[in-house]
Order: sequence, then structure tokens, then C-alpha cells
Amino acid sequence: MTWVNAVVQGIMLGGLYALFACGLSLMFGVMKVINLAHGDLAVVAAYLALGVVTVTHVPTVWSFVLVVPIFAGVGYLVQRTLIQAALNRGVLTTLLVTFGLSVVIENALQQFLSANSRSLSIGSLVSDSFSIGQITIAYLDLVILVVAVVVLLGLQYFLSSSRNGRLIRAVADDREAAQLSGVNYRHVFGVAAAIAFATVALAGLAFGMYTQFDPTTGTDQLLLYAFEAVVIGGLGSLWGTLAGGILLGVAQQIGAQIHASDQLLAGQLLFLIILVLRPQGITSRRELA
Amino acid sequence: MSSVGQQAEWAGGPVPPAVTDQEPASVRVTRSRRSVLWAGMVAIAGVAVLAYLPYLVYSSTTSLLDQFFLLLIMASMWNLLAGYAGLVSVGQQAFIGLGAYFVVILGMHGLSPFASIPIVTVAGAVIGLVFWWLVSRLRSGYFAITMWVIASVCMLVIIQVSSLGGGTGIAVPGLTQSPKLLSAYTYWVTLVVTVVAIAAIYLLLRSRLGLALTAIRDDETGARSVGARVSSVQRLVFLVAAAGCAAAGALYAIDQQFIVPTAAFSVYFTAEMIFITIIGGIGTIEGPIIGTVVFFVLQQTLSSAGTWYWIVLGLVAIAVAIWAPRGIWGLFADRTGVRLFPVGYWLWPAGADQRGSNPLLRLIGR
Repeated sequence: MTWVNAVVQGIMLGGLYALFACGLSLMFGVMKVINLAHGDLAVVAAYLALGVVTVTHVPTVWSFVLVVPIFAGVGYLVQRTLIQAALNRGVLTTLLVTFGLSVVIENALQQFLSANSRSLSIGSLVSDSFSIGQITIAYLDLVILVVAVVVLLGLQYFLSSSRNGRLIRAVADDREAAQLSGVNYRHVFGVAAAIAFATVALAGLAFGMYTQFDPTTGTDQLLLYAFEAVVIGGLGSLWGTLAGGILLGVAQQIGAQIHASDQLLAGQLLFLIILVLRPQGITSRRELA
Repeated sequence: MSSVGQQAEWAGGPVPPAVTDQEPASVRVTRSRRSVLWAGMVAIAGVAVLAYLPYLVYSSTTSLLDQFFLLLIMASMWNLLAGYAGLVSVGQQAFIGLGAYFVVILGMHGLSPFASIPIVTVAGAVIGLVFWWLVSRLRSGYFAITMWVIASVCMLVIIQVSSLGGGTGIAVPGLTQSPKLLSAYTYWVTLVVTVVAIAAIYLLLRSRLGLALTAIRDDETGARSVGARVSSVQRLVFLVAAAGCAAAGALYAIDQQFIVPTAAFSVYFTAEMIFITIIGGIGTIEGPIIGTVVFFVLQQTLSSAGTWYWIVLGLVAIAVAIWAPRGIWGLFADRTGVRLFPVGYWLWPAGADQRGSNPLLRLIGR
């Protein structure tokens, strides 16, 4: 029964990882940019929520109302300035610039907000749970999973049905052709980055409520989790990302069941196995970009 | 780095008489200029002076230089990997950490850390071959983060091995010399590895493979289309960089005398390599040398400022990558035409002595 429990907890955790992964996947799919500062952005969002709660005294859960739009705006600006400038130099420059950004963010957080661990306190909600048989499910975990699914559904609907979504897909498929049809691809890139930043902010808030974070959490854990979920699930498929996140979460929980110190290793070994056996991911049929 | 490439440029004045309507013997191809001769002589004299230093200065000075050379080795290897083969890795700390722990393992079997460096270097290349099998299909960002994951896996595995000290770290065995002698030995070995590493990179880039590498640096697709064996060249470079970083890891272990997994596998090793290379000038041998000097001076002056130092360095690296992608050395070399490590070719009109005349064509003149 402990194994079944591990799988269930892993599925819950998978929602969180999918939430982290979808922004990374979107930016790679549209702009061919792998944002190495992705994890740090999530941590910044969590710190920002702490600040918002301190200033406005709203309940922590509602801090997303401010944090997510701010991040969307910042995402648009960062894309239009820094990342676009790097893109003009070539894809490798985007790696160098986002890596530099990651180091700057991590050290700035340590400088101004100390290296101490923090968490977003949500009172008793963090421990409230219900049981089905011997399996206990925390409400928070379930809410995060539901939020992840809703976000992915919303993103799917946005990309397939809205005007901006169609523009994003057009630019992702063939930038030159889209430009010839009069699309300002830089603006479209900005919109995609805004969405990616908004989702990573949401993921950062969820992570901050789920567990403790500190300035190094972004690079030590979150970036790698997000990337692993994307690769396991396969590029270009939002549902693949959800599946990838869930598989990663299940692998980690099963690893933790074997030995507490095996949790991270199990997830990363699954990633390497998928990379060797099925580099295009479990759901995608496309060749690896 | 295709967008910054400048494979060939006409140097000076109007287009010279067409080369094609003269017999081939009327042009001359050279690789060196006098600045190179000078640079070579200065380098040899410099290394001789550096080798004599332990007799002249306190060990605190030589141990500072140890750190300098360590940075130089790592940055030169990363430059070879990213600047020439187009492989941006954020996981070179995997080889640093493994190199450091190999020294410990060999030391447990009675081998002196100094004697184990060649073995560790070869072991680094062998491990590199295994990792290459994992990552060779991946491109750009995928390659970068997968290397990071691999480094993280290496660290998590080492932490589990209790005989290697687990997460708390372990003292490097076999460093039994007196402190003074140990410091001098460490310095000499570090100097030797540095000279060998730079010389190896220089010879590699001057060889036939170097031509392919420079072509890949400038335009990977183009290089493939003219028949450069891109993947096998990239593999060779990956292995050289793996071996070089493992040797650097061995030196790190000897220098530190006590290693901890989280420090030995820290991504900040790679951050140092990247920032040094970008600021100095990516895709040139001279760039990492200049970059290391700048980085080292900054480190010594700002080290008390802790995190500020990384914030400043990160911002400068971002700015250089976007607005001056060829770094300090690139700006200097463009203005003066000086090359200390010539890996390109100069084409001269017949009969011209090099003094005072302009070459017809500079190939790979970065």
C-alpha cells in the first residue's frame, strides 16, 4: 500500500512539475530559447508574493492576483529587450545571457533577502487532508494539480482558438512565412514570453506554499525538474508535459520510498533512461529539435 | 556563433590584382607574423620565470597563482568546447568533481596525488566518452541542461558513497610533504598542466582538425556542407575538454586538500568558465587568458563583497555577450591585427616581404 501511496503522491507532485515545465516548453517551442533562468524566476515570484502579503495583508493564496500579471508584464519586457537582443546574435547567445541572468538573480536574492529558507504560509491549508482508504491526499496538493490541469487546458484553448494563440503557432512553425504575412514576430515572442513568465510565477507560488525555498532553489532543483518534465513528456505537446511531470513526480516518490536520499536521483535516472531510449519523449513522434 | 563569424576579409585598400589569372606560385601562404615570434619568446621566458618563482616568493603568492592557472585551464577548455565546437555546456563541473574524487580514490590505493594526474586526465576522457554517448544527439539548449543534469547525477551518486565521505567531504590522502614543499610542488604541477593544456589546444587548432573546428565555429551547417566531419570533430573536442577539466579537478583537489561534493560539483565552476571566456573573447585562444586576468583582478579586489562580485560579473558578461560578442581580445585584435596564437592563414602577393606590406587575404582572421 505504501507503493500505491507513493504513486498517488507522485501524481500530485507531477502537477506542480508540469506547471514549471509548460513555460519552459512554450519558450523553447516558439522562440527556440531555453531559458536557464527559468527556475530562478519561480523563486523570485515566491519572494514577490511574500512581499505582496507583507504590504497588502491579503491572504497568501490571493497574492497571485498581483504577482502573475506583474510577471507577465516583466516577461514581455525581458523578451522584447534582453532576450530579443541575444536572439539577434544567435541561439547560443541566449544560453549565455539567460545563464548570466540566473547567476545575477540568485546572488541578488542572497544579497538583499539573505540565504535563509522561507515559505509562503497558508495556515492550516498546508496540512489539511482527506483519506481514501489508507491513502491520504493533502488538499493543497490536489488544488495544485487541478490548477496545473486548468492552466494547461487554458493554454491549449488559447493556442488553438484565440487570435494571439494562432499567431504564436504560426510564428513557431515558420517565422519567415508569418513575417511575410505581416506578423510582427517580436511582439508575438513577447506575448509568448509573457504567458511563460505568468505560468512560472504561478508555479513559483505553488512551490512556495508546498515547501520551503531559498535563493539557490531555482538552479539546484526547479530548472532541472522543469527541463526533465519537458524531455520526458516530449516537446510540442502540453499533455506530454503533464505526463512528463507526473512520471517525474512518481519516479521521485518511488525513489524516496526506497531511501530518502534516492528521491532526486530516481527522477534524474528516469530522465537519462528516457533520453537514451526515447529522446523524442514518451508522447511526441517528432524528431528532437 | 555563426552570426559573429567573419571567415575571410580583404585586408587593406582596393581589391588586389585577381589571383586567378596568375600562376599559383605568385602568392605565398604564411601562418606566422613577427608578433608571433615575439609572443613565443615572451611566453617561454615567462614560463621560465614562473617556474623559478617558488624560490623567490612566499607560498601565499604561488597559491594565488595556483588559483589563477586553475581558472585559466578551465576557461580555455570551455572556450574550446563552446567557442570552436559550438557546444555550450553548463555541466563541466561534472568533470571537475569527478577528477577531484578520482584523485581521492587513487590516493586510497596508495598513489600520490601528483602522480595520479595523468591517470585522472585519461579517466576524464573515458568518462567523457560515456557522457558523449548520452548527449551527442542533443543540440544547443538541450545539450547545455542535460550536461547540468549529468553533473547533478554525478554529485548525487558520490554523496551516496560513504567510503568517499558522503555529503560531508573527505581529506585528500597522500599529501604528506612539508607545507613549503607541498606548496611548491602544487605550483609546479599546476604550471605544467596549464602549459600542456594551452599548448594542446593551440596544436589542435593549428592541425587539420583546427580548420574544421574554425569552420564549425563560424557556420556549422556550412561546415557540414563542405565536408567537415562535424560530429567526430565535436566528439574529439568534447573528450579533450573532459580530460582537461578532469585534470583541473585533480589540481583543485590537491590545492584544497579537502573536498566536499557540493563544492566540487558546483555549477559556479562553469559560471567562472563562461564569464571568463565571454569577457575575454570567445573563439580565440587569447580570449580566456585576458579574461582570466580580468576575472582574477576583480576577484581579488571584490572578494570581500561576496555576492556583489557575482552580480557585477554576471551583468558584465550579459552586456559583453550582447553588445561586444567577441570580448576584450576581439576588440583589441580587430584594431591591431595582432595574433599571439596564429591558427589562421595569411595570403601574400608574390615577392612581398611581410614587413610593411598588407596581406592579400586573411583567412580565419579572428
